[in-house]
Amino acid sequence: MKTLIVGLTLLVTGWLAQPAMAQSLINGAGATFPYPIYSKWFDEYAKVDPEARFNYQSIGSGGGIKQITARTVDFGATDGPMTDEQLKQAPSPLIHIPTVLGAVVATYNLPGNPALKFTPDVLADIFLGKITKWNDPRIVGANPGIALPDQPIVLVHRSDGSGTTYIWVDYLSKVSPEWQQKVGRGTSVNWPVGLGGKGNEGVSGQVKNTPGALGYVELAYAVKNKLPVASIKNAAGKFIEPTIQTTTAAAAGAAKNMPADFRVSLTNAPGDDAYPVASFTWLLVYRDQPNEAKGRTIVKFLWWMSHEGQRYADDLLYAPLPTQVVKQIEGTIKEITYQGKPVMAAR
Amino acid sequence: MPNALARGTGGPVTGLSLSSADVRARAAPANLGDRILRVVLRGAALSLVLLVVGMVAEMLLRATPAIRAFGFSFLYTSTWDPVAERFGAVPFVFGTLVSSLLALLIAVPLGLGAAIYLAELAPRWMRSPMAFLVELVAAVPSVVYGLWGIFVLAPLLRTWVQPALGKTLGFLPLFQGPPYGVGMLAAGIILAIMVVPFITAVGREVLLAVPNTQREAALALGATRWETTRIAVLRYGRSGLIGAILLGLGRALGETMAVTMVIGNRPEVAMSLFAPGYTMASVIANEFSEATSDLYLAALVEIGLLLLVVTVIVNGFARLLVWSVGGAVKAARE
Repeated sequence: MKTLIVGLTLLVTGWLAQPAMAQSLINGAGATFPYPIYSKWFDEYAKVDPEARFNYQSIGSGGGIKQITARTVDFGATDGPMTDEQLKQAPSPLIHIPTVLGAVVATYNLPGNPALKFTPDVLADIFLGKITKWNDPRIVGANPGIALPDQPIVLVHRSDGSGTTYIWVDYLSKVSPEWQQKVGRGTSVNWPVGLGGKGNEGVSGQVKNTPGALGYVELAYAVKNKLPVASIKNAAGKFIEPTIQTTTAAAAGAAKNMPADFRVSLTNAPGDDAYPVASFTWLLVYRDQPNEAKGRTIVKFLWWMSHEGQRYADDLLYAPLPTQVVKQIEGTIKEITYQGKPVMAAR
Repeated sequence: MPNALARGTGGPVTGLSLSSADVRARAAPANLGDRILRVVLRGAALSLVLLVVGMVAEMLLRATPAIRAFGFSFLYTSTWDPVAERFGAVPFVFGTLVSSLLALLIAVPLGLGAAIYLAELAPRWMRSPMAFLVELVAAVPSVVYGLWGIFVLAPLLRTWVQPALGKTLGFLPLFQGPPYGVGMLAAGIILAIMVVPFITAVGREVLLAVPNTQREAALALGATRWETTRIAVLRYGRSGLIGAILLGLGRALGETMAVTMVIGNRPEVAMSLFAPGYTMASVIANEFSEATSDLYLAALVEIGLLLLVVTVIVNGFARLLVWSVGGAVKAARE
């Protein structure tokens, strides 16, 4: 009996100790939107570097920012860039690394679901509650040849706090001074009109079930579920259909004026093909890594993710980073240090 | 009695024979197992108290920034603007109370009716399978009800029920406005469906516990079936039945997922049952994970605290009701 217990104890402690010695477990937490591709990356990367093991909890961007600030995780992830104030609360400088792009699309429920076009001012006025009918002359004006019904527009927005909402209202804030002043941007806002649905599935469920409904969901969700999506007029004056290519084009359009810290909103980005409601999603890491081994694994992963990893984006309906942005990320990854010495050079 | 005397004085026991009472009295403090049991059980009871006290203390602490910033205005204003950081709880308290009340209005007659049928009238072969089914319904997860609410109930309400109600009872402010399907009415109905099995299952047990002598006495006096049920059975089991309703109310007040999916999530106080609303549990579930600013988070915690307070008040009120009814029954029996 005693030998059995001793044997078991050895077995258990051996099993517990083994990964700690041979592998480094990197913990991360944050945004839910990129979770599918992050888990794919962590799986694939384990094949490239068997010693790296990642554990990611998709608890939401807010939680990701809080946990990395408290240093309870090795990296955070967020759909909205941290504010200056939030960065000041971090114990040491944090850097943002864009990973992929996402887009938010307008979806609707009309007889026959025609391909609709929206201009920014019309979209903003619908969400402000100033345009209430589908056959409003301003909607009809942008959609010649489409018979729009004399029906009230039933707006559906996200009820849960979400990066998707942030991107959508960030766009509305940019194109409409009135929206900016009355509502503003945030992961949850005080909506002037409309019903709240929980999650992408809640919004699309309500849109599908309500004739005359209009809502917004993630591009990936809309494509997967074959929802009708609207083209939106971009900053260059062209109506752009939301696709993976036009989403990447938004980042390419913004690449020329990309700030060094990547904290940039890509909504209403310049560029002929740029879809105007797009955004990066970011990983958050400390510029000076507190642990050498973990720091090295993180840096190697970031490099792999921004190069080889990008080819997994398409399949999972994320837009890959444009090459200009990848070049800039390379520079940022090289700046990550451990005790003042660059981690990359130590490879 | 000699052994009572011996216990009372703790005096010497003569002879070899000990009565059972003596054995119990003497063995109790000495027995290690008993002492351990007592300590463990006391610990279990105390831990519950500690849990509640800890919860309240923690929530008060976390809600402090919001309590400082808004004071009592949190309790009587209705703006909920996370961007401008102005928070008021009225629409959420309103939504929680109205949706629960609506649920009880529908569920109590239905649930008690089913319980009475199952306990008093149903043919014997039907009772167990029906009771089993009721308990099965009680075990369905709330997200399933929520999805059913979005995809079946809401369209049904929008296309048939709400237009019909609007046409016939539209002169009442309760049934005015555009029919969205989702809204307060949908939330009340979903909650009612979720609450009915609780009321039925517990209510049936209560009625089955009513002694048969009650029924026999009433029948012997020439009462009809209904009179027997009303006078002898329902009256006798009244406090238990109220307990069953309370259990349902508890579930309705705290239910989150299913309600969130059908209530429309709009922080507004509207007269119409067709209009969208919001509940306290829903706003916490919706916004907590992405609430980044301290004040915002504190406001959500304060909503949680408020939910606790409302639950305590509602339950306390119901307890009073039970006590007064129980007292009346006792008085009638004596």
